[in-house]
Amino acid sequence: MSPQPFESLKGFGVTFRQIFKKPITQEYPEYKRPVYPRFRGRHRLWRHHNGLEKCVGCSLCAAACPADCIRVVAAENTPDNRVSAGERYARIYEINLSRCIFCGYCELACPFDAITLGNEFELSEYARDDQIYTKDMLLAEPIKKVPVADPDLYDTPIPYYQAHS
Amino acid sequence: MTEPWWISLIKAFLIINLVMVAFAYTTLLERKLLGRMQGRFGPNRAGPYGLLQPIADLIKLVRKEAFYPAQALDLPYILAPIVSMFTALAAFSVIPFGAGWHIWRYPVTGEVVNVPISLILIFALGSIGIYGFIVGGWASESKYSLLGSMRTCAQLVSYEVSLALSVLGVVLMAGSLSLVDIVGQQHGWFFHWYFIPQFVGLLCFFFGGIAESSRAPFDLPEADTELVAGYHTEYSGMRWGLFQTAEYINMITLSALTVTLFFGGWHGPWAPLGPLWFLIKLFLLVSTFIWLKATLPRLRYDQLMRFGWKVLLPVATINAVVTAALVVAL
Repeated sequence: MSPQPFESLKGFGVTFRQIFKKPITQEYPEYKRPVYPRFRGRHRLWRHHNGLEKCVGCSLCAAACPADCIRVVAAENTPDNRVSAGERYARIYEINLSRCIFCGYCELACPFDAITLGNEFELSEYARDDQIYTKDMLLAEPIKKVPVADPDLYDTPIPYYQAHS
Repeated sequence: MTEPWWISLIKAFLIINLVMVAFAYTTLLERKLLGRMQGRFGPNRAGPYGLLQPIADLIKLVRKEAFYPAQALDLPYILAPIVSMFTALAAFSVIPFGAGWHIWRYPVTGEVVNVPISLILIFALGSIGIYGFIVGGWASESKYSLLGSMRTCAQLVSYEVSLALSVLGVVLMAGSLSLVDIVGQQHGWFFHWYFIPQFVGLLCFFFGGIAESSRAPFDLPEADTELVAGYHTEYSGMRWGLFQTAEYINMITLSALTVTLFFGGWHGPWAPLGPLWFLIKLFLLVSTFIWLKATLPRLRYDQLMRFGWKVLLPVATINAVVTAALVVAL
C-alpha cells in the first residue's frame, strides 16, 4: 500500500470538493478563444490596390513548401489579359490544406508578399477534395471569421522576419 | 403459495432490462462525475445534460465495423464476450431487491429466483465469467491479447480467493448462504446491518470487489494509459462493447452484493420503499467506485499481487476465523 495512508485519504477530500467547483472548460463551438494575431491558419492571396494580383507565378512558395502542398502553374500576361503586376501570373494556384503543416515558409519565400497565412483554423470538410483551395478561394475573404486577440497586446510591432531581412 | 413460473420470467425480463439501463447510465454517471472531479464538464452534447450519451454510444458501437483477426479461432472468439455478458447478467437473478408483494392474486417475491446457495451461485457465475476474458484473449491469436488475458486472469483468480473468504463472516453470522435469508436477518435500521460487526469483512470485500470488476486502482487488466488494452485488444465494435458491458455490470453486481450482504439490502430506516432504498444504496456505492477511480493512481503489478496475497487474504482469513469463533462462543 501507499507509504502515506493519510496523505492518500486527503486526496479523497480534494476530489470530492472538486465536484462543487465550476468546471474550467471553455466550451469551444459556443466560445471561441481568440487566437494570437500571428497565429498561422488558412492562407490568403493578395491583390494590389489597382486590383492586379501580387502573385507572379514564380513558384518559390512551392519550392519552399516542406509538405509539397502548393501547386503553381504560371502563364504569361498579355496586354488584353493582364492578371498580375509582373511578366507572368499564376494560372493555377492550389493549396492542398489537408497536407499543409502551416509552417509559414511559403510566406517567407514569397518575394512580393503575395501569400500570407491568415488566422482561420476551422478547416474541416466532409471530403478530401474540398480541402484543396483554389486561387479564387484564396483570393476571396475567408467565409468564417475567427476572433483575434488585440494585436497591440500580443503582437510585436514589426514581424521578426521583416526586421531581420 | 409459490409464484407461477411465468412471473419469474417477467421479472427476469424486467431485471435484465433494468440492469442494462442501469449500466448505460452508470457509464454516463462515471463520465460526468469523473469530469466534475477533474474540473471539466463530462459529456454534455447529446441531449440535455448529455442524457442521451449512452444511446449515442450504443449506436456508434453497433454501427462500427467489428473487425476480426484473420488468425482468430472463430468459435471461442465470438463466444467469449457472450459468455462474459451472460454470466454478468445472470448473477443479478438471485439478488433480492424488495420484500415481495401481492399483485392482484399472485404472490411476487422480491428476487427472480430464491436459491438456497445463491451466494455460491454468484461466485460460480463470476468464475465462469473469467473464462470469457481468458478465452477471448487467447482466441484472438495476438500476443498482446494473450498477455493481457494472462494478466487479467492472474488478478481475478487471486482476488477471488479473498473475495469469497471475506463474505464467510457474513455467512457465519446469518447462518445461511441464501441472500434472501441474509437480507432478512438485517431487518431494521442500520445497527442491524452487517457492516458494523463485519467492518473488516466489508473492507476486504470492497477491495476484492474493485479488483474483481477491474476498476481503478486495480484496473491492471485494462490500464488504458500505459499497457495495451489487454484481453480485448483485438475486439472492436459491439463485441468490445459486450466485454465492457460485462465489466460494468460486474461492478454493479458487486455493489448490489455489498448492499445485500453488508448494508441491509432493501431495508431502509423508514418507509417500506424496498427497491428504492436498494437503488439509493446502490447509487452511493457505485459513486464510491467512481470516486476511487478519480482519486487513486493505478497500482503497479507487483504491488497488486502483494496486496492481494499478503494483505487481503490473511486479513480475510483472520476475519473469518475470528467471526467463526465468536459465533460459536456467543
